[in-house]
Amino acid sequence: MTNPKQALAQPASSPDAASGKQPGAAPGADGRGAPAGADSWRSRLYRWDMKASPYAFIAPFFLLFGAFSLVPLLYTAWYSLHDVQLSALDHQTWAGLDNYKNLLSSDFFWNALGNTFTIGVISTVPQLMAALGLAHLLNYRLRGSTVWRVVMLTPYATSVAAATLVFTLLYSWDGGMINWILHFFGVDPVNWRESDWGSQFAVSSIVIWRWTGYNALIYLAAMQAIPTDLYESAAIDGANRWQQFRHVTIPQLRPTILFTVVVSTIGATQLFGEPLLFGGVSGSKGGSEHQYQTLGLYMYDQGWIIGNLGKASAIAWSMFLILLVVAAVNLLLNRRLRKSQ
Amino acid sequence: MRTSTRRSHRLVAFAAVAALATGLLAGCANDSDDGSSKSDGGGNGSGKGKTTLTIGTFGVFGYKQAGLYDEYMKLHPDINIKENVTTRTDVYWPKVLTRLQAGSGTDDIQAIEVGNITEAVQTQGGKFVDLGKDVDKSQWLDWKNAQATTKDGKLIGLGTDVGPMAICYRKDLFKKAGLETDRTKLAAQWKGDWAKYVDLGKEYMKKAPKGTKFVDSASSVYNAALGGGSERYYDKDGNVIWDKSDGVKKAWDVAMTVATSDMSAKLKQFDKPWDQGYANGTFASVACPAWMIGYIEQKSGDSGKGNWDVAAAPTAANWGGSFLGVPTAGKHQKEAVELAKWLTAPEQQAKVFAKQASFPSTPSAYTSLKPAADTTAYFSDAPITQIFADSAKTIPVQYFGIKDQPINTALTDVGILQVEQKGKSPSDGWNAAGKEIKDVLGQ
Repeated sequence: MTNPKQALAQPASSPDAASGKQPGAAPGADGRGAPAGADSWRSRLYRWDMKASPYAFIAPFFLLFGAFSLVPLLYTAWYSLHDVQLSALDHQTWAGLDNYKNLLSSDFFWNALGNTFTIGVISTVPQLMAALGLAHLLNYRLRGSTVWRVVMLTPYATSVAAATLVFTLLYSWDGGMINWILHFFGVDPVNWRESDWGSQFAVSSIVIWRWTGYNALIYLAAMQAIPTDLYESAAIDGANRWQQFRHVTIPQLRPTILFTVVVSTIGATQLFGEPLLFGGVSGSKGGSEHQYQTLGLYMYDQGWIIGNLGKASAIAWSMFLILLVVAAVNLLLNRRLRKSQ
Repeated sequence: MRTSTRRSHRLVAFAAVAALATGLLAGCANDSDDGSSKSDGGGNGSGKGKTTLTIGTFGVFGYKQAGLYDEYMKLHPDINIKENVTTRTDVYWPKVLTRLQAGSGTDDIQAIEVGNITEAVQTQGGKFVDLGKDVDKSQWLDWKNAQATTKDGKLIGLGTDVGPMAICYRKDLFKKAGLETDRTKLAAQWKGDWAKYVDLGKEYMKKAPKGTKFVDSASSVYNAALGGGSERYYDKDGNVIWDKSDGVKKAWDVAMTVATSDMSAKLKQFDKPWDQGYANGTFASVACPAWMIGYIEQKSGDSGKGNWDVAAAPTAANWGGSFLGVPTAGKHQKEAVELAKWLTAPEQQAKVFAKQASFPSTPSAYTSLKPAADTTAYFSDAPITQIFADSAKTIPVQYFGIKDQPINTALTDVGILQVEQKGKSPSDGWNAAGKEIKDVLGQ
């Protein structure tokens, strides 16, 4: 019986054995009519092909990535070090780090950063917890389970614009359905768009509505890959449903949970469409006191409404750096978790 | 166990397909608003050597609705016209700016809003064809031409409409509140001062019909009052004077009276709830530049028919209006200039007025203007033409600046909104607007 390692090694070693012959004599002995140089040329071509082909196959992606992501990214960095106005793109004056200094001393920037963080937390945390709960429920044997799964994905299938429009009407100050429901509980109408926490809550609710089902499906897929014998042995040990969820499901889902946390965090950092459309006219201000102006909105406002592209580029790069920090923290956490397992 | 992994595979595949499909759907939905699909650079588009001219507009210019494109194509069988409409100016203008500077991708004719015309004149003057030589400038109102003329005398845009001011009000609601309903007597009551108009609002609120307010928003009163002052945010040398400007101060004070009282419906203009306010009749009057007439008729619908009336505004003022410019990057400049000339000629402006009451910037059209019969009936047979023409002839010359629009947004959507909807004090609102303007100006 051959051990698989040996079997693998054999074909690899045979060319070596062949080249062990006298190089010059080989072509003649083989009786092939090819001239001496051709074989080495061909084998070089073959080797080159083996090495280069994979790169050639993935090259289109990197070409597109370079043209539409990398170049703009670097160009944005260049812009961020200059004073550039939208109306005078060709007149760039070197500004060094002025744009960044300007940002660090700007209340609007810190406010936007804070809003991005709080909206991120109040949208991501409930969203992922609800998704986990929903996935757990869907993991039971249910009648018409496919229907439930499709239903869960429908919010994700609506466009941001359509969803936000409907939510804006629901949250409308007078005549909105949410204030109408609240009035049965004796609550005075809330001016959702202009209140500090109300507006952040409203924007978050749109995000939660759109993304919960999506995350639930990811969790569900991961849950179904958990071996059933783990549950069986847990049951034998006397664990009830909750304990099984707590001590079998959650630990098994850890990598998936981490993945969704990272994806949601990136989404939250770049949050843009929902608050912009929720704000309606001059939505890029994010409310009269910028109470829900996220970093994305602040960048758009600076670059396209006010026309200060240099500063907008600096905001873009700051967002990029923030995401790098988030990714680094995630990597550390990931390693720590893996070690503890 | 095997079945469970297979099922999960299937589930993953399903999720992936669904994600892709929704991505495509969402992409379509987002694009539809943009409407900027380029034609083939205006080349020989359809059939036998026809020239396709593209015209980039925003909002509703009314050319298509008034049948002007069809008429022009009938007069010039070798010309084909395609309009690229973007709904909102704040989306439209940045796009135009970048294309002008790139020297490609512009339409053959590009519409310019009055809030952007100074930026166009001062920074993009070289990117537009000088139209001054091709037209008889005296056709237009002097101040309209002045706004589109560069320092070295180039005329980069032909005036389309202007926004002379009036007050539109609901006769039925005024009557219930015990106010005067006759348009000439009302105009006499508030003549000369927006503060008098606001005083009438206080009267209205004493006996206001349930669920109604006197005016839609404090910002609309601000914009109307500002449009009648001699100073806005810049002086004529291009210096920012917003915090010293007499016009701004007066308009601000009037707006503050509205914002701190209960007479405002606290709506944001051009927002969905504002449209609903028209439909439900939740406010009794609105500052009414000529282009608002068509808007009211459309949004207020059947419930408002015959209830709306129009009276002269406290002061002659202008709010809005546009220009047509021909970018030098266009491939068919000669044809484009001809079309722009034709579209902005008095006869054609009169046709647009008849369709949607956009008021001409060419005084010679004023004598022959006839609004649509529907519109006249809708607004209680008010002499719309005369009211707007009187206003248009006495509008003061105003100087606009490069950042006029963002400064205005800072005052209305930050300053005034904070006072009106968040209950801040007027001085807090003023300071917040000031801080915002500093940010706008990069100070």
